[in-house]
Amino acid sequence: MAEKTYAGVTINVDEEGYMTDSSQWTKEVAAEIAKEEGIDELTDTHYAVLEFIRQKVSEGATLTIRAIGKSGHTDIKGFYKLFPGAPLKKATKIAGVPKPSSCV
Amino acid sequence: MSDEKKPLKKVLIIVAKGTIEDVYAGLVMANGAVMEGIETKLFFTFFGLDAITKKKMNSLHTATVGNPSMTMPGGIPFPTWLGGVSGIEAAVSSMMRKQMEELDIPPVDEFLEMITAGGGEIYACKLAVDMFKLKKEDLIDDLNGIITVGEMYELAAGDQSQIIFT
Repeated sequence: MAEKTYAGVTINVDEEGYMTDSSQWTKEVAAEIAKEEGIDELTDTHYAVLEFIRQKVSEGATLTIRAIGKSGHTDIKGFYKLFPGAPLKKATKIAGVPKPSSCV
Repeated sequence: MSDEKKPLKKVLIIVAKGTIEDVYAGLVMANGAVMEGIETKLFFTFFGLDAITKKKMNSLHTATVGNPSMTMPGGIPFPTWLGGVSGIEAAVSSMMRKQMEELDIPPVDEFLEMITAGGGEIYACKLAVDMFKLKKEDLIDDLNGIITVGEMYELAAGDQSQIIFT
């Protein structure tokens, strides 16, 4: 297991950079990971989506891009804009949860 | 030989058959590619066009006759004669769609919207459109074009690009 320092806090991450202890997550940590992923500033919508992801994952739900599109915080198009490139992978990394294992 | 990693940059997926499983194989791969940030194009031809034909897209069927993989729930063999009974194919197909919905796999129209929302592009084969006497209005509004085979290959051109035929 690797460690990284974000916002002055040491965080446990796996070899791909996903946080292994979700409880270490803070908004400040998220902002720093986001910068590494090429997102300069997290808006309220970003945070709403991140909280939604954390909520779903803590409930044990399989995370899909479709569920995020129906979350009420953004639609799928908006989700791609918020986290450009590979949105689900980026968003879960920034949300401090494991890499998603869903295919949709 | 270089060890340099060359991730896939572009993918063109050809869907030529219209059964639930053939269409969804293409859609799942396309959506998965879009989600990975890969430039994605879908080319629908022959019976695959059903997947982008407004009137047919959400009521695709699976074959209950001539499908040796077909089993009843619980893995009991599915007799070939049963597949031919009136209404069975529709019932089996509707059950399959319901099971996919439970896994959060959307209906075809919504799946295509997810793909285009992420920047994926949808094309129809000109030859097949002409052959089935389809009009532009019969196909989904989000269509990027009705194109020839030559144009399809142009779309797939470039480094780290792959064509997948389902």
